[in-house]
Amino acid sequence: MTVSEQIRGIASDVFAIPVEHITDDSSPETIEAWDSTQHLNLVLAIEEKFHLQLTPEEMDHMRNIGQITKLVASKIQTIRD
Amino acid sequence: MDLRIEIDELISAGAVSMAALRLAKLWRTQSGLASAAFIVSRYEKLRDKLPCIRYRLAILRSFTLEPIIPLLRADAFCRGIDLSVYVGDFNAYSQEILDKESALYRFAPDAVVLAVHTGDVAPDLWRQYADLAQGSVGNAARRVCGSFQQWIRALREHSDAALIVHNFQQSSRPSLGVLDAQIKTSQFAAIQGINDELRRMARENRGVYVLDYDALVARQGRLRWQDERKWLTTRMPIAADQLVQLSREWIRFLLPLSGKVAKALVVDLDNTLWRGLIGEDGMTGIKLGPEYPGAAYQELQRALLDLSRRGILLAICSKNNLEDAMEVLNNHPGMLLRPKDFAAMRVNWNDKVQGLCEIASELKIGRDALAFLDDSAFEREQVRAFLPEVAIIELPADPLEYAATVRDCPAFERLALSAEDQQRTVFYAEEGERSKAEQSFRCKEDFYRFLEQETQVARAAPASLARIAQLTQKTNQFNLTMRRYGEHQIADMAARPGWQVLSIRVRDRFGDQGLVGVAITRDEAEVCEINTFLLSCRVIGRTVETAFLSYIAGGAVARGRRRLSGWFLPTKKNIPAREFYRQHGFRLEVHDGDSSLWILDLEQHQIRCPEWIKLTVANEGDNT
Repeated sequence: MTVSEQIRGIASDVFAIPVEHITDDSSPETIEAWDSTQHLNLVLAIEEKFHLQLTPEEMDHMRNIGQITKLVASKIQTIRD
Repeated sequence: MDLRIEIDELISAGAVSMAALRLAKLWRTQSGLASAAFIVSRYEKLRDKLPCIRYRLAILRSFTLEPIIPLLRADAFCRGIDLSVYVGDFNAYSQEILDKESALYRFAPDAVVLAVHTGDVAPDLWRQYADLAQGSVGNAARRVCGSFQQWIRALREHSDAALIVHNFQQSSRPSLGVLDAQIKTSQFAAIQGINDELRRMARENRGVYVLDYDALVARQGRLRWQDERKWLTTRMPIAADQLVQLSREWIRFLLPLSGKVAKALVVDLDNTLWRGLIGEDGMTGIKLGPEYPGAAYQELQRALLDLSRRGILLAICSKNNLEDAMEVLNNHPGMLLRPKDFAAMRVNWNDKVQGLCEIASELKIGRDALAFLDDSAFEREQVRAFLPEVAIIELPADPLEYAATVRDCPAFERLALSAEDQQRTVFYAEEGERSKAEQSFRCKEDFYRFLEQETQVARAAPASLARIAQLTQKTNQFNLTMRRYGEHQIADMAARPGWQVLSIRVRDRFGDQGLVGVAITRDEAEVCEINTFLLSCRVIGRTVETAFLSYIAGGAVARGRRRLSGWFLPTKKNIPAREFYRQHGFRLEVHDGDSSLWILDLEQHQIRCPEWIKLTVANEGDNT
């Protein structure tokens, strides 16, 4: 599974909406359940899944699914390198 | 993802219990924050249709712990508890406990968790410890204990809820460094003192329990537990991958509080209590003792003994010959457990689902009070499918982890211990002697019907030759003649006129068991002689053998034979098959040493396929 698919899977679980409804553009504006509590849950679920920790600065830049995917993919790449 | 899709399909199809089984499987195989959210949202659709107990938990806290709630609720759901959770306002625990009109009491909790971080209630004993004058340490500790005393008293006054108090976490980096361990008024000792005091308060107050939070953090590793960055930004001090550990610790309290406990643990023998098969390897072949690899099994036995001291009954359910098993239990020097440690035993060739049902009725406890320990994933899956109420312990692949897995199982937790608990096995052993006569499964037939078995008989075909030969080589227990054949021999016999090489496949509501039985017969004049008849031990004790024999008898009649005959050639291991011919109406014709020849008169005697088994033939019309 690609990082994008995994992130969308996690978001689908956390927000309890079908995975097909989640795109790179999905954000707190388009997903009703995405409030600050669920944002923390999403961040933690991603950290748990990919075994990494996101900094407060990074958390601020996680404004939509596309950005989150990019961020996680680059962090995984850094860890591998 | 596939499991999730399957679950959603099951839910929309209204297959409630199957959906619940799959949800539990999802939790078992990938318990984490994301799957927890999924599981909770799906259970909420099913909650009214499932036999769950409702339980209300209030959590009062000094730090962010909301992300743990889905983990806790998912775990509770999978254990049959529909948990409603109230989380108190951030750092408002003191007001909420003291004010009898507060939202806490309006929630009417069954249990309350008080989770206060050391640094939040006693900052002077935490980060500012180096500033504290020696004389003030005692005061600081007394102030904290006084607050707790007050809270406990208020809660007892306003509510009957059980109270679970987190004790205080020790610092992973004491303010004074290594000096802390040298001085009398150390930071460690001050926090330890508070924890001792909490323990005392819990003993003196009804329904108050200490959760040893410090031990939990230490077990996981203090440095791994903490997430300083999350603490500073979100007031959550715990690392994401440790949250599930705190949830599990809460479950250890919620199960005994809500009555969801296992009263008896039913264990397998071979490759569970020792390494190896006693029926195959014998007393000298099995591994059990203080050295590797036997030590892992001794460790497990030690853990089981500890459970029995806690009042949990032990029982055995094993597919074995009773004499073989008793030989180990009585005489093996490596055994820590002896027959007196077991309140019930089912050592036979029956299905384990049946064995568990019998053990529950013998011990006079519900099936939902049973736990099951077996190294075989097959047996575990089978029990899970038929008896979802039984707590199944998932044993890891490595036996060195067996003991820890049993010790970690929350179904065995107790919050109090009576003298009777420690004696319980003895009581049951006496009771068992009294009522042994009336112990059989209330209705075996119900069990067979429940299985919904479908069998299919087929003649040997190129694709099945290898499996047929393998079964003749491997099958030791339900095997009447123990004749071993290679693939080419099977092919030869199948091609010879007058010979039949048949196989049987079994499917039940649990799934496909595959090709599990072989029969080879040879017609000569009026007689059809059974050369080989065997069944894999997977399907022993479910009347498949009767179905298979009915087909053979029917075929012999159709081919104009008048008698069915067969030898029973005994070995040390084929005891399960010993009574087979007698039970099916054959008469003993010849006794030759240990061997016996049995005859069935086909004109007088008919063998019927049991009504609970559906029997079909793969290549119909060939059976002549």
